[in-house]
Amino acid sequence: MMFGFFSSLDCSLDIFFVEALINGVLLAGLLALLALGLNLIFGVIDVVWICYAELVMIGMYAIFYFVQVLGLPLPLAFLLAIGLVACSGALLHYLVIRPVLDQPPINQLLVTGGVLFLLQAAATMAFGIEFRNLGIRLGSVNFGDMSFAWSRIITFAVALGAMIVLWQFLTRTYIGTAIRAISQDRQIMPLMGVDQKKVYLATSAIGGGLAGLAACLMVLQYDIYPQIGLQFGPLTFMICVLGGLGNMVGGFVAAFIIAQFITIGGSCVATEWGYAVAFLFFMLVIFVRPQGLFGAKS
Amino acid sequence: MITQKHIAGAIGLVVLLLLPVLIKLIFPGTDRYYLHLVIQILIWAFIYTGWSLMGRFGLTSLGHGAFTGIGAYVTVLLWNFAGITPWIGIPVAMVVATIAGVLVGYPCFRLRITGHYFALLTLAFTEFVRLCIVGLRDWTGGSLGTQPARYGDGLSLYAFQFEPNRVLAYYIVLAVWLIGLAIWIKVDRSMDRYALDAASQDEDAAASVGINVTREKLKITALSSAMCAFGGAIYGQYQMYIGPDTIAGLGVSLNIVFAVIAGGIWSLFGPTFGAVFTQVLAETLRVGLRGSETLSKILGQSALALDTFIYGLLLVLFIIYMPKGVVGTLAERWKRKAGS
Repeated sequence: MMFGFFSSLDCSLDIFFVEALINGVLLAGLLALLALGLNLIFGVIDVVWICYAELVMIGMYAIFYFVQVLGLPLPLAFLLAIGLVACSGALLHYLVIRPVLDQPPINQLLVTGGVLFLLQAAATMAFGIEFRNLGIRLGSVNFGDMSFAWSRIITFAVALGAMIVLWQFLTRTYIGTAIRAISQDRQIMPLMGVDQKKVYLATSAIGGGLAGLAACLMVLQYDIYPQIGLQFGPLTFMICVLGGLGNMVGGFVAAFIIAQFITIGGSCVATEWGYAVAFLFFMLVIFVRPQGLFGAKS
Repeated sequence: MITQKHIAGAIGLVVLLLLPVLIKLIFPGTDRYYLHLVIQILIWAFIYTGWSLMGRFGLTSLGHGAFTGIGAYVTVLLWNFAGITPWIGIPVAMVVATIAGVLVGYPCFRLRITGHYFALLTLAFTEFVRLCIVGLRDWTGGSLGTQPARYGDGLSLYAFQFEPNRVLAYYIVLAVWLIGLAIWIKVDRSMDRYALDAASQDEDAAASVGINVTREKLKITALSSAMCAFGGAIYGQYQMYIGPDTIAGLGVSLNIVFAVIAGGIWSLFGPTFGAVFTQVLAETLRVGLRGSETLSKILGQSALALDTFIYGLLLVLFIIYMPKGVVGTLAERWKRKAGS
């Protein structure tokens, strides 16, 4: 089995390789954005939302609905979708996470797994299992023989911008400071006059908003279907753990590493093998550094 | 000494042995369908029981979808491409799954990867195995799945194929399920169980009283992964079709975990109840929705997803309100009543 795999791995440092490398960087922007929201929530609330990618899917369907059915202009649809997913994030925390905060951590992880099934089924009921898209074609830029889709470049730029804005928010505003404080010490901060419930809710809304933003960027590149969360969800968890759960900078770097595996592996062999090698690499790294590449030793 | 428990067990066993006859009497004409439902419940109950051996000690693995997949695919591929009978193929598959389980488990337990990290790491393992299955599409049929080659009329001892004869399939699967329960009881009464219980509460304390935590965890992982591989292989032999989404992958892993949690992770019949609950729920919703004209008018084709929707909703409610599962909660209530 591995024989065939290696013999077909014969890509040299040619133009396609460079193209794949740059496409990997562009993909990394999106993955980093996805990981950012999940990391923020984990860092603050100490809960992993298994259904995070499903929130992104809800956002994508919302945009599709606003544009195709209600006929709203695209920028307005984007804003509404971000708001909607942010509200879903806050609602998810209020209805599902809050009641199980005292339970073992693994139950908190599993309860969001129930939400995963729920959201997937809801999307299937509302929109069917067909692949949908908005039919947006942004064209591409060419450098010599290489070509890069505009949608990917925009995605990368917006993802980078979102991370800078979030960082500014966390360091410059009062609520941002409170969020960082809670993530450092969950027991002490409530005594210091920080309303923990409010911070949790705000964090969930911001995490949801980031998922909504990711949804806006993903409708530019990908078809929408109910199972899209299963394609991006495991990847997102892997990046978060690889960078050290809760470590946003680590998640950013990990996204770049994983994206290179996927695009280079995908262009040299086949897409599945790119993903498979990325997962294998992830497991090996965790075996050597259980706290992730950039996690602090506990 | 014969207690109430023994009598109840004996009555239950007799009912189960006579079940094909009972089904034929109660549902003449559609007995094949109902028997099929019972067979599916028993196969999954066996797999769920295998998972619960690990899950009850805080080792919440999302990697068991990989083990069922390995069990099914290794058995079928050996049969289809090498002509090796499942009588050898299934043990080989179990050994492969055990080795995979130990390879993933050993570093995890040595480095004390637990909780979220363990769940997400095993999730990555499941994805890895699923991607390998899809990637090797020349042999496995990729995401479309594959079938074990039919041997003669599909009823053969040599090829271990029994699908056409539902009654025979029922007895085979019943025996498998009973073996699963026996293993559970054996583990429950062993010293390892106390060691693992202690380790799941506090690893340092357990290690300080002389428990080799890593070895104990590896033992239960090996047993659990072998059981799930066996269950996956039986599933493939009965369904005569295996696909990366029906017997491997994250969906299967999550189904296993949820059914056990809904049923009750700490009780003997918890996983079985979880299997009954999830299968019956899915089937009644499916049949009920297809039969109901008003509902299918409102929802159309997408009514098919309603069962998953209700399933997801119930799981959320279960974890919030009944973290011990149905069997666990009922047993507790019954004990409290008996005590007062």
